[in-house]
Amino acid sequence: MADDLSKPFPKSSMSEEEIMKINKERRIQVTSFAFMIFLTILAFVAVATEMIEVGFAIPFILLLAVIQFFLQMYYFMHLKDKDHGWPNAFIISGVVLSTPALIALILLLGVTKY
Amino acid sequence: MSTAAATKDKSVLWDWLTTVDHKKLAILYLVAGGLFFIKAGLMAVFMRIQLMTAENDFLTGQTFNELITMHGTIMLFLAATPLIFAFMNFVIPLQIGARDVAFPFVNALGFWIFFFGGLLLSVSWFFGGGPDAGWTAYVPLSSGEYADLGLDFYVLGLQVSGIGTLVSGINFIVTIINMRAPGMTMMRMPLFCWTGLVISILIVFAFTPLAAGLALLMLDRLFGGQFFIPDMGGNAVLWQHIFWIFGHPEVYILVLPAFGIISEVVPAFSRKRLFGYTAMVFATLVIAFLGFMVWVHHMFTVGLGPITNSVFAIATMGIAVPTGIKIFNWLFTMWGGKITFNTAMLCASSFVPTFVLGGVTGVMLAMTPVDYLYHDTYFVVAHFHYIIIGGIVLGLLAGLYYWYPKMFGHKLNEKLGMLMFWLFYIGFHMTFFIQHILGLIGMPRRVYTYLEGQGMETMNLISSIGSFVMGAGILVLLINVVYSAFKAERITVNDPWDARTLEWATPTPIPEYNFAQTPQVRSLDPLFYEKMHGDGTIKPAEPMEDIHMPNGSILPFIIGLGLFTWGFGMVMINMENPIIPPAVVIGVGFVLTFGSMFIRSIKEDHGYHIPVEQVKKIEKEVS
Amino acid sequence: MSSSVDFSKGLPSHPEKATLEGKNKFLGFWVFLGGETIMFATFFGTFLGLREGTAGGPTAEELFSLPLVFIMTMLLLTSSLTSVLAMFSMKKNNHKSMLVLMIVTVLLGAAFLGFEIYEFVEYVHHGLGYTTSAFASSFYTLVGLHGAHVLFGLCWITTLIIRYSRSGITLTNAPKFYVASLYWHFIDVIWVFIFTVVYLLGIGGA
Ligand code: HEM
Ligand SMILES: [Cu+2]
Repeated sequence: MADDLSKPFPKSSMSEEEIMKINKERRIQVTSFAFMIFLTILAFVAVATEMIEVGFAIPFILLLAVIQFFLQMYYFMHLKDKDHGWPNAFIISGVVLSTPALIALILLLGVTKY
Repeated sequence: MSTAAATKDKSVLWDWLTTVDHKKLAILYLVAGGLFFIKAGLMAVFMRIQLMTAENDFLTGQTFNELITMHGTIMLFLAATPLIFAFMNFVIPLQIGARDVAFPFVNALGFWIFFFGGLLLSVSWFFGGGPDAGWTAYVPLSSGEYADLGLDFYVLGLQVSGIGTLVSGINFIVTIINMRAPGMTMMRMPLFCWTGLVISILIVFAFTPLAAGLALLMLDRLFGGQFFIPDMGGNAVLWQHIFWIFGHPEVYILVLPAFGIISEVVPAFSRKRLFGYTAMVFATLVIAFLGFMVWVHHMFTVGLGPITNSVFAIATMGIAVPTGIKIFNWLFTMWGGKITFNTAMLCASSFVPTFVLGGVTGVMLAMTPVDYLYHDTYFVVAHFHYIIIGGIVLGLLAGLYYWYPKMFGHKLNEKLGMLMFWLFYIGFHMTFFIQHILGLIGMPRRVYTYLEGQGMETMNLISSIGSFVMGAGILVLLINVVYSAFKAERITVNDPWDARTLEWATPTPIPEYNFAQTPQVRSLDPLFYEKMHGDGTIKPAEPMEDIHMPNGSILPFIIGLGLFTWGFGMVMINMENPIIPPAVVIGVGFVLTFGSMFIRSIKEDHGYHIPVEQVKKIEKEVS
Repeated sequence: MSSSVDFSKGLPSHPEKATLEGKNKFLGFWVFLGGETIMFATFFGTFLGLREGTAGGPTAEELFSLPLVFIMTMLLLTSSLTSVLAMFSMKKNNHKSMLVLMIVTVLLGAAFLGFEIYEFVEYVHHGLGYTTSAFASSFYTLVGLHGAHVLFGLCWITTLIIRYSRSGITLTNAPKFYVASLYWHFIDVIWVFIFTVVYLLGIGGA
């Protein structure tokens, strides 16, 4: 009923087991955060130190960005969880439909003709 | 907890301004879209008068450019879209067995933002004239160098109304996914719901790039952005890409709901189930996907290169396949059916051949080498009018005659309906068929006049006369609306057409909660199924209980007003001597918009309940 | 629609999706994010298409400074973590810890925004005005739009924190917090591409 909707709960309904699961999940999130920081540092280092040549650095940092994208989406934003079928569908559609648009805006501006 | 009394004793005006009821919003959409339709239709008639004879001086070139721009822009964004939303709003919740949409507040918000955006575009007439760069607003024609204030109104008006369309689209998606009645699986949804879902998805993915493009053009015009000026490192083709990345999906946003309407009307009046339901759903999805992969066919003559053109030409032709599937399914639905040719069915069935003609010219245009001949001639004009009028408008008319009794409690007069149909249909072909040939002999589009002795006089005259006949058809429709409101007999039965889907299981007039008990759906075409296998009534899925309803709110109206004010303030930046500093107007708009959003966010509103005794009383009254 | 939640049992393990309103909000927001994806793609495409068009003005290599971008990136990434942790607190019905984590998120976001404003001012001093070149316009537009998203997120989350500072976690505010945190992550995702495509590619040549 309506008034229940704005009332705080005295406790959580989670069982021991669920709490354990959620704590484990939390640990995974922190680990993936550490991993993301690592990827970021890697990307910055790759460019700053010019250790790797430019031709390779570009695809490399793009790849790192894509990995981070998946980590953020699937872990931080829970796309990997169940009940996320439709959200997955919308984000994937967004990415898929963005691809030709991006390519066209970068390459098909009539400067070089393909 | 407040009760139903909260809705009582409001004035009529206040009720309409604050309503969040999807059925009332549908009527608001219908009226607003209808008015914009008439306005843009009159512009078209003016243009046809100008083109009736060679070297006519009824309009100046400048006025003609403004009319052609406003006609196209209004028809697509402010007439066709809201008219489609009118039917989607009214019918979809009923067809899926829901009490309302997922976000009633957002639904109202979508309407008011759209409405005020349209208003913003329209007030351009009072500030030095409408936009004049075509509905496509190609740069550099639309840049600060060549276009005046009218184009600022175009950019901001469309930006605002686009936001409204976008939030409505999101609302429809969530409604269809989350609010279906028990047993109403995805593959039992009527095709109108399917197309509604698919175009809402298209809106989410197409109106967002448009918003980006309009933002670029706005920044270019108001703040000196350098996106499109080659000397400054910019690129004019950029705009064309962004516009058509939105633009081609947009044409499918408009035509797919018409497909949906046809797929409702044709089975209802052929007394047969829709042929190839699954194939229809699949074809809709394929069209939606391909619709995003073909936009370069509007830019064949830009010179992007042969590989690019070929890829997009092939993709474009590919769309003809799922479209063909649909055409055959409609034909097979009618095949062997017991067909009733009333006005709705006339519109729906004549949609099929007209649309085919538009599709055929579409495939012709998709052949890149010859498109160099067709492009920017009247051939293109003929092509898209066959699709837009012969497809979308006929679909909308069919829907209007079909759902009118549910919406307004009486049918439209059939005799006047027939008259309207034949005037409209003959007038339409007269206007546009001949334009194919005009285009082929070389008459360019978007010109305000032509010379004598080039063999264009007769055909233009015929085309103009056709447009008057078409206008007469619309006039008859308006007369019909008024006439039927007074003379037609009231409908009291649920199901005046002996139709098949769930909306016809509700009482007429529909109580504000739609279904006293959420229905239990057992099959595709649920009402028809119950007529065949049950007692003709839909079984309830829950006991009679208090019904939860959302509260009305004035905030959507105020947010719309706020965006209007903001947009107007932005336009004022380009005005010569604004009376008030633009920053003040922009600020007021911001405060109105974000202030209302803030209030909405911090004030929890859980709606109210209609007590079960009252539901029982209402149910007794209507049955 | 009233909830079918048994109050005495305690806060459901997914309070954000326990009511139909919550489910709707959740899905609607994801749909919105799908649309945002392609909108940002358009701005990214514009930037990438025009980034060579410096028209004699300052270039990316001359302007961008890696340390600054690195600090900004760390701030925003960390704020993404705090907002994820806040959602764990929410699920455990730990109102106080959720608020604290959300406040930290807001502070980190505000610091990010401060750096961004400083950065823009700095660039203008170095001769990169908004109208200098196509590169300048598209850079400011893309990064500025992201900044505007951050600003909006800050206002939004602050409103929620103040409004619900004493209410405990309820079935009404749980979806609001959840959706706001989704929004915050999304901003972070966009930033990942901005620092890669705009800054690192800008400095790393190509
Ligand atoms: C389904 C609904 C359709 C609508 C509403 C529609 C609408 C339009 C519009 C408005 C234009 C003109 C754009 C402009 O220059 O201002 C156009 C052009 C074009 N249409 Fe369609 N169209 C539809 C279907 C198709 C189909 C099925 C095809 C091909 C299989 C097609 C192929 C083309 C091509 C190639 C052009 C470019 C012509 C040119 O500018 O040279 N269209 N269409
Ligand atoms: Cu097209």
